[in-house]
Amino acid sequence: MNALDTDVLVIGGGSTGAGVAWDSALRGLHVTLVDRQDFATGTSGRFHGLLHSGGRYAVKDPGSARECAAENRILRQIAADCLEDTGGLFVSTPEDDLDYADRFLAAARAAGMEIDEVPVGVALRDEPRLNPKIRRAFRVQDGSIDSWKMISALLRGAQAHGATVLPYHKVVRVIRQGDRVEGAVMEDQRTGEEVRVNAGCVVNAAGAWSGQVAQLAGCEVGVRPGKGVMVAINHRLARAVLNRCHLPSDGDIIVPVRTVSVIGTTDHPVADPDDTECSPEEVHQMIEAGELLVPGFKESRALRVWSGSRPLLPKTEGAAGAGDREVSRSHTVLDHGARDGVEGLVTIAGGKFTTLRLMAEDTVDVVLRKLGREAECRTRTEVLPGSESHHFYWIGNRQQEAETDPPDDPLICECELVSQHDLDTVVARRPNWRLDDIRRALRVGMGPCQGGFCAFRVAGMLHQEGRYGRAEANSALREFVQERWKGVKVISWGAQARQTRLDRWIFEGVYDLEHLPE
Amino acid sequence: MTEVAWGAAAWSEVRASLDRCIKCTVCETACPVAAVTELFPGPKTVGPQAERFRTGGQSPDLSVDYCSGCGICSRVCPQDVRIAELNSRARSELKRERGAPLRDQLVARPGLLGRAGRPVAPLFNWAMANSLIRWAGERTVGIHRKAPVPRATTRTFSYWVGHHLGTRSARRVVYFHGCSTQWYEPHVGQKVTAILEHNGYQVVIPKQDCCGLPLQSNGLFPAARKAVTRLARQLVPAGTGDLPVISSSTSCGLMLKREAREILGADSPELRSVSQRTYDIFEFLLELHQRGELRTDFKPVPLTVAYHAPCQQQNQLIGKPALEILRLIPGLRLVELDRSCCGIAGTYGVKREKYEIAMRVGEPLFADIQAEGPDLVACDSETCRWQISAATGATSVHPLEILHRAYGGS
Repeated sequence: MNALDTDVLVIGGGSTGAGVAWDSALRGLHVTLVDRQDFATGTSGRFHGLLHSGGRYAVKDPGSARECAAENRILRQIAADCLEDTGGLFVSTPEDDLDYADRFLAAARAAGMEIDEVPVGVALRDEPRLNPKIRRAFRVQDGSIDSWKMISALLRGAQAHGATVLPYHKVVRVIRQGDRVEGAVMEDQRTGEEVRVNAGCVVNAAGAWSGQVAQLAGCEVGVRPGKGVMVAINHRLARAVLNRCHLPSDGDIIVPVRTVSVIGTTDHPVADPDDTECSPEEVHQMIEAGELLVPGFKESRALRVWSGSRPLLPKTEGAAGAGDREVSRSHTVLDHGARDGVEGLVTIAGGKFTTLRLMAEDTVDVVLRKLGREAECRTRTEVLPGSESHHFYWIGNRQQEAETDPPDDPLICECELVSQHDLDTVVARRPNWRLDDIRRALRVGMGPCQGGFCAFRVAGMLHQEGRYGRAEANSALREFVQERWKGVKVISWGAQARQTRLDRWIFEGVYDLEHLPE
Repeated sequence: MTEVAWGAAAWSEVRASLDRCIKCTVCETACPVAAVTELFPGPKTVGPQAERFRTGGQSPDLSVDYCSGCGICSRVCPQDVRIAELNSRARSELKRERGAPLRDQLVARPGLLGRAGRPVAPLFNWAMANSLIRWAGERTVGIHRKAPVPRATTRTFSYWVGHHLGTRSARRVVYFHGCSTQWYEPHVGQKVTAILEHNGYQVVIPKQDCCGLPLQSNGLFPAARKAVTRLARQLVPAGTGDLPVISSSTSCGLMLKREAREILGADSPELRSVSQRTYDIFEFLLELHQRGELRTDFKPVPLTVAYHAPCQQQNQLIGKPALEILRLIPGLRLVELDRSCCGIAGTYGVKREKYEIAMRVGEPLFADIQAEGPDLVACDSETCRWQISAATGATSVHPLEILHRAYGGS
């Protein structure tokens, strides 16, 4: 068995784990990060993409609102390349209480948010599809996050400071000597080989899965997975994030992220965070809810449905509240030494994408104390790789680049404008790509055709370049198409149904996907 | 009303149509421009595909400027994606952000050139035929030295209308003649009037200005909206609120029928009313014929005429009514030219950087005409006629000129 020695072993390659790896590496620790799958495949890759201004929590959870407002400002400074500065609007629809708007405004200011009330006419001019019956509108500093880009930048930054990152490495055993956790054994999910990592401290950053990881170390963490369903609409219905100005509920936010608008979300407690089933009822609920913000929302083309599990922290774990939206969306660092008498293990629980930097800072502060070391946190000012120019990404960037692509660099994915050169650059970064990993890295297959026109191109190219054998290419293609189908089957009506039909003709009629040789 | 509020609803509808694209690529295979140049990546690419990357305020792509606006993509799309409309809007955004060159401002205003040329028509026409002047015009203004330009006339169509003693009849129509008839081809308007009067109609010809189509196709939307809204007002003189409005210029007719509302998002009570009552001249005559009301006292016309249905006529989705009427004329040998586009697309092909593209687009059509060697080429659109004549040397006429001759006109 291969063995590695490291200062900090981070379990979980979502935003939290990547943030902890970046922070630890900047403070001079040797860090190893593992994930059972590719990075950003859990909750971080399955959220609506909102960079919170804090407005969503202003009235209900002022602590979270303050954190969001402050972290939003910091992320804009250090991670511009991973963010789009869309701005956001909170609007009082005819169904929203106007008194709430006053409370909201006061609470937002108290939380340190930048907020301006704008005349309804101005809001409607800027957002022609917004419900013309809105009665008040507030402009806030919401934005959208490209989660894959952000997590990739954090990990690249950590690696540049000596970190080791291991995707597809699932923790199978936590190594415990008496009351002390000394590391873990991981199994490479692609080769079956085991790797032992000896660590000075283990950070459980598995989010909604952190209960499962803690159990391997014999500890209990009461994180409750709260499932949220989201629907992506084929194009941007608004330039800014649109929020209903009321107490947060289901389907009251539409986020323009990359080429789509995402409506979110629901909140149902689930036993298993891997439960990603989206029921037709939940989907209809989202789509109906969208009508209130954007009349005609129902007629828009729903592109894909997915769900993610929030890592919710009940009050017994240190946060206040009762029901799911009652629990704080803030985070807690659990020192299992003080809490359970198990040294060498720290769990970072709760929290949200927008506050990932603060979560990491708080976690690494505890880790350093445990390791008996001292180092100042640098993440407030250290700029992530790719964001050096401080330019926010912009939805038009890819179109602009496609304009200047040379003719011998054809588009592989037409919907998301991924060229052959883009693909070559990414696959050269590491071995053993799955098609779905390439999707996260490049957005291949995420557009209207959901892989219908590009999946076979990518599989074919990887085969041609010798990265896939014949059987491997065939099964990769089948797996990818199956994965895409999962997110489309509950919304197969209208244009997306016609698209699915055409895609199936291509896959079954032209490629005979079901009968490709193994 | 603010510029943004203007047409917001119509635009939302066009933009939402991108959702219907299933990337079948039918439009790309039918696009005559993408087939001849790499400068234009194709209607799907710059239309529903690129539109997802546009949010307004900053255009990410320049290649959409190479769309000629012929509208074939929208016509062939099996999913009813408003491709040409998306492209048209994207071009106008480009112009709004970057400003339109003087050349585009000029060619977008046919009345300007017409007014300037009229008092000095012989000089104007000499100058337009002078290769040195045209060379200078290409270098300075950017109008290609070989591009077809119309010939100015000293007497406008409205001058003729002022001296024309029309017939009185209970059956009346309003005639929308358009700029080209007014400034360059008054004979077309005279013949339309004669044909309608011959069929027992009183022709009401109100004073009228440009419909704004060239402004629209050059991306100058606010001016185009103003123009078409004014025209719609002009076309409703007292007591004519329910009369058919007859157009002899196919592209301008389409502007009134559909494009003003669907592309420009223009809206007024007059425009809505006129829009519903607008007929292409042959569409109107064919309806008369179907009701048995068209006079068929035709004299033989012993000529070979090759007919080309222009894009904007085809985009009216009324078939080829001119063909059906001309077929009634004895002695006429009629050849249907089954080609898509002559390339000119209004003012596209006169531009220095697009002239060669336009000529390549029209090549199959020109080759057919040259192979056939007809006495006349008939085509409903003025700019297409000018392009065809310039490219092939053939004499081109409006098909109603053939009909006029069959009715005994000269």
